[in-house]
Amino acid sequence: MLKINRKYLRQFDWGTFLVLIAVSLVGVITIYSATRPIAASPRPIHYAKQLLWMVCGIGTFTAVMIYDYLWLKKFAYALYAMGLVLLVAVLVVGKSGMGAQRWLNLGIVNFQPSELFRILQIVVIARYFSGIKGPLSKLSLSISFVFFCALPFILVLKQPHLGTGLILLSTYGFLAIAKKIERRVLIAILVTASIIIPLSGKPVWKHLKDYQKNRIVAFINPDADPRGIGYQIEQSKITVGSGMLFGRGFLKGTQGPLKFLPEKHTDFIFSVFAEEWGFIGCVAIFLLYFMLFYGGIDTALKARDEFGGYLAAGISVMLFLQFFVNTGMVLGMLPVVGIPIPFMSYGGTSLVMNFIAVGILLNIKMRRLGLFYA
Amino acid sequence: MDREYFNRFIKITLYVIITTFMVFSARLYYIQIMKGEEYREVSVSNRERVLKIPAPRGIIYDRNGVVIVTNRPYYYVSVMPDARNLDIKNLSALLNVEKKKLRYRLKHGRLNINEPVVLKELLSPSDVAKIEARRSDFSGIMIETNITRNYIYNKVGAHVIGYLGKPSQKQLEGVENENMLPDMFVGQWGVEAIYDKQLRGTPGSKTIEVDALGRQQKVLGFIPPVKGEDVTLSLDIKLQEAAEQSFGQRSGSMVALDPRNGEVLALVSLPSFDPNDFVVGIDPAKWLALNRDKKFPLMNRALQSSYPPGSVFKTVMSIAGLEEGVIIPGYSVHCGGLMHYGSWSYGCWKTHGGISFPLALVSSCDIFYYETGKRLGINTIAKYAHMLGLGAKTGLRLAGGMEKEGVIPSTAWKRKVLHAPWYLGETFVSSIGQGFVGVTPVQSAVMVSMIANEGRMYPLSLVKTVGEVKPIRTAAIGRETFVRVKEAMRGVVNEPQGTAHSAMSKLVTISGKTGTAQVVAGRVKTETLKEEHRDHGWFVAFAPFDEPEIAMGIVVEHGGHGGSAAAPIAKNVIETYIKGKQARIDAENKPQIP
Repeated sequence: MLKINRKYLRQFDWGTFLVLIAVSLVGVITIYSATRPIAASPRPIHYAKQLLWMVCGIGTFTAVMIYDYLWLKKFAYALYAMGLVLLVAVLVVGKSGMGAQRWLNLGIVNFQPSELFRILQIVVIARYFSGIKGPLSKLSLSISFVFFCALPFILVLKQPHLGTGLILLSTYGFLAIAKKIERRVLIAILVTASIIIPLSGKPVWKHLKDYQKNRIVAFINPDADPRGIGYQIEQSKITVGSGMLFGRGFLKGTQGPLKFLPEKHTDFIFSVFAEEWGFIGCVAIFLLYFMLFYGGIDTALKARDEFGGYLAAGISVMLFLQFFVNTGMVLGMLPVVGIPIPFMSYGGTSLVMNFIAVGILLNIKMRRLGLFYA
Repeated sequence: MDREYFNRFIKITLYVIITTFMVFSARLYYIQIMKGEEYREVSVSNRERVLKIPAPRGIIYDRNGVVIVTNRPYYYVSVMPDARNLDIKNLSALLNVEKKKLRYRLKHGRLNINEPVVLKELLSPSDVAKIEARRSDFSGIMIETNITRNYIYNKVGAHVIGYLGKPSQKQLEGVENENMLPDMFVGQWGVEAIYDKQLRGTPGSKTIEVDALGRQQKVLGFIPPVKGEDVTLSLDIKLQEAAEQSFGQRSGSMVALDPRNGEVLALVSLPSFDPNDFVVGIDPAKWLALNRDKKFPLMNRALQSSYPPGSVFKTVMSIAGLEEGVIIPGYSVHCGGLMHYGSWSYGCWKTHGGISFPLALVSSCDIFYYETGKRLGINTIAKYAHMLGLGAKTGLRLAGGMEKEGVIPSTAWKRKVLHAPWYLGETFVSSIGQGFVGVTPVQSAVMVSMIANEGRMYPLSLVKTVGEVKPIRTAAIGRETFVRVKEAMRGVVNEPQGTAHSAMSKLVTISGKTGTAQVVAGRVKTETLKEEHRDHGWFVAFAPFDEPEIAMGIVVEHGGHGGSAAAPIAKNVIETYIKGKQARIDAENKPQIP
């Protein structure tokens, strides 16, 4: 398990790795542009930090590559338990930022457990599902739903972080369908859902926090209050739109530095990119992301075991969902949820975790021709 | 696991991913290509602001090149109205402006959504330092400079110079006013208003880039403003000062003209106001006080106040009498102090005995002029009065066009205005300038000016004239008549029986005529009356005797006798004029040090 076999190296997907590096670098330089000061004042060092995290990410990526991913299968439940503990810890002793308790202060760094948890959830689901023969029964579905979906969802929601919660929900759903659900169980679910969902609208609405309600209202009707809730969406569209075909040029975007676009280096980094590189640039970056997701899907298809297959599929979808929600929001097609775009948004924890995720993917792909306990 | 099912499902997922990318690309196409231009423009308007830069107004000089009105820079603080979360309470404390006032300005103070709202003007340097130090606490605050007017002589000459104010809707729509901005200060009174177009200049503009909080980041473009044209008035500020000082606390008016060309040398109307109070918009409390003041400081008495001229009118009577052959050698009237006509009696202030012209004018005998008036008839009197400029507007544009015409009664006038016939008794009263007769100070100056220059009426000018000025008309009155009346007026000041001793000067020969206009009828000694019931004191004068250079009309409200109240003012002003002239001659003739 310790050795990195020569033949594994030949199976290393350099393409996906290079795409990963490329997208991350684009992220760094876009952050550089987004946070540049207009008037004479000290330049913020976000881009430098991001670069540092990137290096860190490559480091952890390499570490994850060394051992056969099967160790994850061994320690799946233990890791997951640790993940739950961290989620609870955040709620109890967590540091707040922007009205949400999402971080744990670990001395020099702030750590977002929910980012790590995303991976751990997939690991544990893959473990559990790979131990079940045949499609999911009512029992296995219920158990996995409660422990691997509902429970973390509620914990995350309490932070509150609706965006991550929804991703956890969707990932579970995807993997459950991938596992195949018994036909009658599936029908039962669909029937119950079609009854509950319309009825649950009102109580769910009541439980939403004000700003979450505002976001939904703003999404449906952005013109209602251009200065308030619809502001972010409107500014994002203006930023993206003003890129036109070729973009305004590197360091020439104005919406970010002039503070018209909030969250310009985090959630809305793609808008900044779109403003500077235009339609051409956006299509190019789309291609890069697509290659990344394709690499993930490809890994899932080529995985040598069931565990690897679920793991790869889960990670790919998890990454894609982040991209999907963020881009949709930036383009004004989805309501504003605080999900950053993977690899480009500023944020140490997410960047490193996503690097780890891709590391696991390439680990699986690298070892697809290997024997089971080699 | 069912590998086949799994693989199929994963492939479907891939197609979903591909579809998503297509949808996103289409959306990008829509936003960036189809609506790109529109969004680009919005992003530009997000961040560009055009600020108007007012032009410095032209400087106003007096006739000798002394600066009367100039410009000075001042600081003001403003804020972009869409700057969010403005902390009114702390801002109010910092700027020392009431919260109420701030809120009002924030709501109503801007004309244009892209322009900042002014919160406070005329900041002192310490204000500026205080605000700058705490600027980061208040997003969007800007300290800017602007230019404002400085009236160096404060209240002196206020009614001539005028004041500024924001333009009315009508003014903004005026044909000549395309370079007038709604928030600039334009002339609303006096010279500032009359010559506003020249003084105004052309505003410039500054295009700046701002961030989302409205803070200026960069200057993108700049068009400098064009300064307004300077104006040199005919006014002599030293004369004006001397005149206003001579009035002291009393209300009244004085107009001094140059009888050779119609230039206005000084124009006083007291009480007055300080134009400096108006420069950034007058404080509403002050404005209210000015408007409610029972002494009407905002009224230009020189043009808007008509008073009975009293004995000053006897100059007109004399001219009429001479021209019409009533006052001829040998024409003499007996003044016994009282004259009877029917059941009425008309008095004279003194018993003169047998009296004829010119002594009748010198010692101002009423009975002489009752008789002369009876012989002339009111309509003839009116004719000569009109010839000398009375009973008609002078056309001087100072009082916003609200000049009074005065009254020169005639039979036609009375029938038209009072629907009544004329009585002889009214002729008597009119002959001594009481009753219906009304003259404004500026009209009196025009009249005495015409007497001084022997019949020429010049158009009145507020600016220094260039070259020779042509008279509007010349009175059809013989030169000899003028000479005799002028000599009599010289006697009024310089002869022992003259009523204007107080105006006699060693520097120059002053000639004139006193007048005392009754406010309350009755034979009560003036000095014992309450001030508001006291008579108005008149004096008209010109100097020097040969080739007069200055002619003036003065009225001191409730001042009592013209001789005691108004004549000394004339002496002071004329002497100041003579001294000033001499000083200028001396300065020119001073030997130049090579």
